[in-house]
Amino acid sequence: MSASGLILAGVDGDRTWGLQDYVARGGYSALRKVISEKIPPETIIAELKASSLRGRGGAGFPTGLKWSFMPRSFPGAKYLACNSDEGEPGTFKDRDILRYNPHTVIEGMTIAAYAMGCERGYNYIHGEIFDVYERFEAALAEAREAGLLGQNILGSDFSFELFAHHGYGAYICGEETALLESIEGKKGQPRFKPPFPASYGLYGKPTTINNTETFASVPFIINMGGEGFLNLGKPNNGGTKLFSVSGHVNRPGNYEVAMGTPFSELLEMAGGMRGGRKLKAVIPGGSSAPVLPGSVMMDCTMDYDSISKAGSMLGSGAVIVMDETTCMVKALERLSYFYFEESCGQCTPCREGTGWLYRVVHRIENGLGRKDDLDLLNSVTGNIMGRTICALGDAASMPVQSFVKHFGSEFEYHIENKKCLVPPEVQYEGSQIYVRP
Amino acid sequence: MLSQESLQQIDREIAKYPPDQKQSAVMAALRIAQVEKGWLPKELIEFVASYLQMPAIAAYEVASFYNMYDLEPVGRHKITVCTNLPCALSGGVHAADYLKEKLGIDFNETTPDGKFTLKEGECMGACGDAPVLLVNNHHMCSWMTKEKIDQILAELADK
Ligand SMILES: Cc1cc2nc3c(=O)[nH]c(=O)nc-3n(C[C@H](O)[C@H](O)[C@H](O)COP(=O)(O)O)c2cc1C
Ligand code: SF4
Ligand code: FES
Repeated sequence: MSASGLILAGVDGDRTWGLQDYVARGGYSALRKVISEKIPPETIIAELKASSLRGRGGAGFPTGLKWSFMPRSFPGAKYLACNSDEGEPGTFKDRDILRYNPHTVIEGMTIAAYAMGCERGYNYIHGEIFDVYERFEAALAEAREAGLLGQNILGSDFSFELFAHHGYGAYICGEETALLESIEGKKGQPRFKPPFPASYGLYGKPTTINNTETFASVPFIINMGGEGFLNLGKPNNGGTKLFSVSGHVNRPGNYEVAMGTPFSELLEMAGGMRGGRKLKAVIPGGSSAPVLPGSVMMDCTMDYDSISKAGSMLGSGAVIVMDETTCMVKALERLSYFYFEESCGQCTPCREGTGWLYRVVHRIENGLGRKDDLDLLNSVTGNIMGRTICALGDAASMPVQSFVKHFGSEFEYHIENKKCLVPPEVQYEGSQIYVRP
Repeated sequence: MLSQESLQQIDREIAKYPPDQKQSAVMAALRIAQVEKGWLPKELIEFVASYLQMPAIAAYEVASFYNMYDLEPVGRHKITVCTNLPCALSGGVHAADYLKEKLGIDFNETTPDGKFTLKEGECMGACGDAPVLLVNNHHMCSWMTKEKIDQILAELADK
């Protein structure tokens, strides 16, 4: 973990997550300011818009705009949900935010609740990181005890109750409406949109859902002003961002850097390529984002616009680095299996299509590929994309399309020669258990 | 059917939700029940459903939808290894192979002495720590090496 940036600045691993340490780092000053100065909700939302903070969960939707969709004068309950169901392969930033700096999420959510008039919120935490769920509960208890959460926060007439809810092994619950279903105690199957959660969300009430890192950024925006935050990054790509770097680098981990930092610098921070081997490919935004050849990535900067111009997505900021020992067919096979396994089964194109994609890639990898399999893959993805209830269908298709587009010759070699272009012993060596120096 | 302590834990979960939304606590309640009993037999799921005043079928649906609930008996220790791509690039598959070899079982099998069950997992949101494995759903083990796996298995074998 690197301790630069904003959200993870000054944290020292597991030792400094508590309230006292957070306050010593300046924590809860933004909430105090909001409450003591009675800052109007519209002003907070305007600052968020000025910051150009974009959702850190994957879609990059402008946060200030999302908050402005919440009905202002709705009479009944309104809810807030934090999406900590981090399960997009390659992404492990929210885990570090929650275990090393949980109070920044609590503070950010409380300010969000104030700005949108929500009386209650839930943080939905990925089931596999149960120790983080327990820590978050401990942080909530500290905040309540200190009057920073609950009834009449800091003696004001503003009240907000916040609780932790855990998942238990379902990637699809990261999709925001599946997440709401799951909090309601149901199977995590996405809902049709519209209606959008801002009008019909948790328990049928207006609800706003944001990613952990999005909420964690809010106190900093209040403290430094929207423009101050924006200026840390670049226009339309405000602030800093955590990048989870995994794969063939010397120091896998989270690196919090300014938006617009060159990829080459990020790679260097992560210790460079493992064993000095050659960079082959990068998935820049989590497994659902299109893969890019290494040479294309080396010319990119890490922000929404640059990565999108190069033909991929910044997504969740999960940077999966692959070197020359990687067989691209095998890599895609594993990802396709994942989407097949995690499809919730509600829509036919996704349920059947993800299985089909996996079976075709699997047979290519195992030397049973047919001549027109690449056309078949493209036609199956074409029949999934845009025809499903949620974006998992697209998420399963984009890797397939991009792997075939950029590394098609490797697939063709497999089909013709019934074996990998990368010799098995080279692959074996490159996928060894990585023992940290 | 469940201990007083488990019921108290479930009550604490119920209190997190609006009074007319008890069903929201079903995921936590099933988790608590599974921790006490090791897995979730049908009667246990029915008990949880009636405790939360929800239809039994709705509780089954939840128990079968989410991967970490065990609807069949598992060994005393369930080990789940992540083999998804980011982990595989740092040895996730090799770690899984080593576990299979040491335990003499494949994925979804239990050792004859009933001590260990091995499962293949999907991304646990800890890819930077690869190889990673999860012991009994709640304990994440990071940066696994063959030596560390040996050590963990030895410790668990005595528990
Ligand atoms: C299949 C699928 C999985 C998703 N997983 C996550 C996730 O783990 N975390 C997350 O924050 N957003 C995830 N999202 C995006 C959410 O639906 C939603 O856009 C996001 O939480 C909104 O927060 P933001 O605007 O702050 O990014 C996922 C979307 C899909 C379609
Ligand atoms: S696209 Fe797939 S995951 Fe999404 S709702 Fe349809 S079947 Fe479920
Ligand atoms: S891929 Fe293994 S924890 Fe993410």
